[in-house]
Amino acid sequence: MYLYGVRLPGMSSLIIWGLLWEVVGQSGLSFFVPPLSAVLTTLFEIADSPAFLKALSETARAFITGVLAAVVIGIPVGILMGKNRLLDELLLPWVNIFLSAPLTALVPVLMVLFGFGMKSIIITTTLFAIWIIILNARAGVLQINRSLVEMGRSFGATPWAAFVKIYFWAALPEILGGVRIGVIRAVKGVIIGQLLISIVGFGALFELYSANFLMEHFWAVLIVLFGLAFSISEALAALERRYSYFAAKR
Amino acid sequence: MATHQTETVAGTDIIPEPAVSARRISKTYGGEVEALRNLSLEFPKGQLTSLLGPSGCGKTTLLKIIAGLLEPTSGEVEVNGRPVSGPGPDRSFVFQDFALLPWANVLRNVAFGLELRGVAASEREAIAERHIQSVGLSGFERSFPHELSGGMRQRVGLARALAVDSEVLLMDEPFSAVDEQTRRKFQEDLLGLVAEENKTFIFVTHSIEEAVYVSDQIAILLPRPSRVHEVLRPKGLRTKDVSDIRRDPEYLDMVDRIWASLRSYVE
Repeated sequence: MYLYGVRLPGMSSLIIWGLLWEVVGQSGLSFFVPPLSAVLTTLFEIADSPAFLKALSETARAFITGVLAAVVIGIPVGILMGKNRLLDELLLPWVNIFLSAPLTALVPVLMVLFGFGMKSIIITTTLFAIWIIILNARAGVLQINRSLVEMGRSFGATPWAAFVKIYFWAALPEILGGVRIGVIRAVKGVIIGQLLISIVGFGALFELYSANFLMEHFWAVLIVLFGLAFSISEALAALERRYSYFAAKR
Repeated sequence: MATHQTETVAGTDIIPEPAVSARRISKTYGGEVEALRNLSLEFPKGQLTSLLGPSGCGKTTLLKIIAGLLEPTSGEVEVNGRPVSGPGPDRSFVFQDFALLPWANVLRNVAFGLELRGVAASEREAIAERHIQSVGLSGFERSFPHELSGGMRQRVGLARALAVDSEVLLMDEPFSAVDEQTRRKFQEDLLGLVAEENKTFIFVTHSIEEAVYVSDQIAILLPRPSRVHEVLRPKGLRTKDVSDIRRDPEYLDMVDRIWASLRSYVE
């Protein structure tokens, strides 16, 4: 970005907003907004505290398990829906309903069904991520060039070979797009699950900090979470760009 | 090929036995649209037969029925006396839009037919290398389809079909998506291929000139519903040099004659 002909370094806007936060914090305008410098200091203080590390590892475990389940179940289901008319008719309405449903409302039901622990959080994470992954894999398969399908058949591809050698790769740009959006939703899922259940991971930490009005701690954890979610999303976007070179040329 | 030439020069056009026979093929789409009705046609072994007709005359439908990609509503196709019930290793297909894997390089694309048949990697790559060379793409083994021109992509498609070494090659308007000059070169190369390889070629085209130029036999299909209107066999063209064919009186007469019978069907 250029301002009056001077080239500004990357992330300049981030620095400006950070400064604004610092100013507002220093002015003591609100108890809820401590200065950014204080938040960052707290961040480094708590970063190697056992409570924080425990929350981080629990969250990471729930997140990774939940996302893996969503990917491993979602991609094949989506591909099968795109290939099988009957299955598609059977499942598509449900996928669409769950995609738009306020899943947060389901979390209390999950708690009743699966208890107040990791299991409920993992299932919440999966539920947040899986629908868009299914829908995108399905869309990816539906747009596969018909002659590519005929090519596979005419050269004698078995259904399994066609699946792993043609359909999966031909739908890969859409599948990766779905996984990226799904992972972003999973971040919301894992945090919402923890907040509602609020006895494990960052949910417990949030509960602890906000109940004790530890605003620096509260903001520090929030910054970590925002940063993690953003990094994951950017990493997946980079992966998607790597494989989308052939998306326009299929 | 050499014996065939002397026969045609002598004026006794002996037609080889058919490699592919289509018998009373009918195809109705969705119970209403009649694409083909009672169509019978024989494709002589080792020769190139064109299916020529206006668009919507069902020539691609017929080709896909022969390939086993479509099921005829009634009638049957035989390849070397064996009835066709689906795609098989005795036929390979060259697609109008090339149908290459965009994520795989030329070598893997050419070897893909063999890969699907479970041929070991080293063996199929050796075969693919040979065919890449024969279609003139040496040095492009590691290139990806999007780095190639349309003509080069179709050479990849052709090499893939040749690599599986099937008896029958089915070509669905293979040159319609490449530019005019590349197409002419392709047509010349195709004549060489038909002469060299002992394969039966079935070639769908909508270009009258192309059909007369490359064919041993031309089946003219008329639409709604499709049936074979006429089967023509150019007599003296195959003995001519590739560069003399286009000014041969027989070539010009035949192009004119086909246009006369097709013009009333072209909207």
